[in-house]
Amino acid sequence: MSIKIDPDKCISCGRCSNVCPGNLIELNGAGKAVMKYPAECWGCTACLKECPSGAVRYYLGADIGGKGSYLCTDNNQDWIDWYIVSPDKTRHHIRISKKESNKY
Amino acid sequence: MKAEIRTVETDTLIIGGGTAGCFCALTIAENSNLQVVIAEKANIKRSGCLAAGVNALNAYIGKGESPESFVEYVKRDSEGIIREDLVYSIAKHLNSVIKRLEDLGLVILKDEKGEYVQRGKRSIKINGENIKPILAGAISVQENIRVLNNVNIVDYLVKDGCVAGAVGFSVRDNVVYVIYARKTVCATGGAAGLYKPNNPGFSRHKMWYSPFNTGAGYAMGIRAGAEMTSFEMRFVALRCKDTIAPTGTIAQGIEAVQVNVRGEEYVERYGSPSTHIRLYATVMENLNGNGPCFLKTKGISDERQGELFKAYLNMAPSQILKWLERNTGPAHENVEIEGTEPYIVGGHSASGYWVDRDRKTTLGNLYAIGDVAGGCPKKYVTGCLAEGRIAAESILNSAEDTQTTKPDKKEISEKVKYITRFFDNNMSLYSMEEVEQAMQKVMDEYAGGISSAYVYNQTKLETADKRIKEILAIAENLRANNFRELLTIFEIIDRLYVCKVLIRHLRARQETRWRCYQENADYPERDDENWMRYVNSVFSDGDVKIIFRELVGRDTIYEHKN
Repeated sequence: MSIKIDPDKCISCGRCSNVCPGNLIELNGAGKAVMKYPAECWGCTACLKECPSGAVRYYLGADIGGKGSYLCTDNNQDWIDWYIVSPDKTRHHIRISKKESNKY
Repeated sequence: MKAEIRTVETDTLIIGGGTAGCFCALTIAENSNLQVVIAEKANIKRSGCLAAGVNALNAYIGKGESPESFVEYVKRDSEGIIREDLVYSIAKHLNSVIKRLEDLGLVILKDEKGEYVQRGKRSIKINGENIKPILAGAISVQENIRVLNNVNIVDYLVKDGCVAGAVGFSVRDNVVYVIYARKTVCATGGAAGLYKPNNPGFSRHKMWYSPFNTGAGYAMGIRAGAEMTSFEMRFVALRCKDTIAPTGTIAQGIEAVQVNVRGEEYVERYGSPSTHIRLYATVMENLNGNGPCFLKTKGISDERQGELFKAYLNMAPSQILKWLERNTGPAHENVEIEGTEPYIVGGHSASGYWVDRDRKTTLGNLYAIGDVAGGCPKKYVTGCLAEGRIAAESILNSAEDTQTTKPDKKEISEKVKYITRFFDNNMSLYSMEEVEQAMQKVMDEYAGGISSAYVYNQTKLETADKRIKEILAIAENLRANNFRELLTIFEIIDRLYVCKVLIRHLRARQETRWRCYQENADYPERDDENWMRYVNSVFSDGDVKIIFRELVGRDTIYEHKN
């Protein structure tokens, strides 16, 4: 369970680092966000939702069944788009309106 | 490592900006001109156990229920040992704090008449993905609240039995903070990471409770001599295998039953299906060769599955990745479940500070609210809000009349030295990770972890006690090279203090009252004749002293006397 940050997409805003509840993300010498402690990630996805450029990806550790797929988000004013992308680039898309409750 | 020392003075210091702390701060700020400082080890926008969100509010007085029936339910589910007075006081606030959250922007599911749709007798459905950003947003417009993000509090400043603030450090700025306050509120949450977790390898932090809640509030209270209660009532969650995602979303949401590998519904074989019996039944089925166990979901409609996906994304997104990575979901296969490692958490069980009706602790001018406060199981998110309000009301009535005596310069410099001395330690033979693993292994093997099906006995506990003492001595010699490493060291030390007290509580209750939570093989039966009472403790002169206290009834107005 952890996250990976794409340095090409990272815009060095530091927002992921600011919200991480475990103080696990730091900015490196080039100003890019890096996951410093991958094995300490809780998997809350606060950093995914905070990132304005979609640079943060979240994957399951192999020890709990991860096979290389990742989760990423596009967080807008009124909804969150969640994408589950598999290694062969198959994408599932789930949109959640912020104005609607869960049904369960 | 050179540290700057910064002094802050305020009327109220709130340690921990989770749900309880934020709501307490907000209530004080909205009703007075008192200055409030929130010291938060991460950032209040996403800190605490609701970082990912929450998809239901499970403490609510639903239709046909009352505060009185809520107390009866909690008492029944907790085998009779609760502080009825505390549970009753939160029950009376639950629905109004929910209304307040809704006014702040929380989306709650309503029917065509505009009434909340219930998920159960005491539960409502929400979109709580953004519950922390909502609270943080409300705080940001209050001029009299100052938020110190990334500041980890280590210890209280205590003078003549009264708390006069706290000391801590910034994880980012190489600053040691000395914060003086007339009133201090501990709202740090409970303790995870005491025991070897479900996924001890790379995914070690894929756990039920926030792995960043490491019992700091308990530990600072223990070290300062505050009375603690019911640590022996541990909490063990029943969760989805591997992802440790919630089961209530399915069990309550679509009323899925628990079945074993043979497809049999097994829970009622083990007693009336209370929270711990549903877990105990699952543990026993596995031990008896009938595992794995599942929530029976196969065959639900694709539409219901789609709604379940959304509910999980709002609270535990890993479960969605787990399903969709395999092109499956609850409509196609049952959901495997397992018990977690034990936690100490006052929002679910009764472990925490011994408090009076106002949530005052036994130390002067110190309150405890939320998961760190004891006696009040099943308070959950909304009960934490209620406790935030109850403490705030007491502070509003008394803060201006409170005069505190500051500790003298020598005492302050000793406190600062306690923090910074880890920079001066020689390189330790053992790494922080080794020390953490040593603690978790001892607790797992000798204090009733997953590997022993949560069962322990007196001899094992004595071994655990000795080993934790040894490990604490090693931890005191760890070396920090920067403030981030200092945080890790205190997260280990704080948990070791919690373990120390927990072991003594487990030894003290010589019966078995809560299966899995507190199961002593030397005393395998519930014993109402001798044990309808609280096990409390105070740490003094380096040792944990056990105190037994009589049960407190619903209508008692409890005040600390001795």
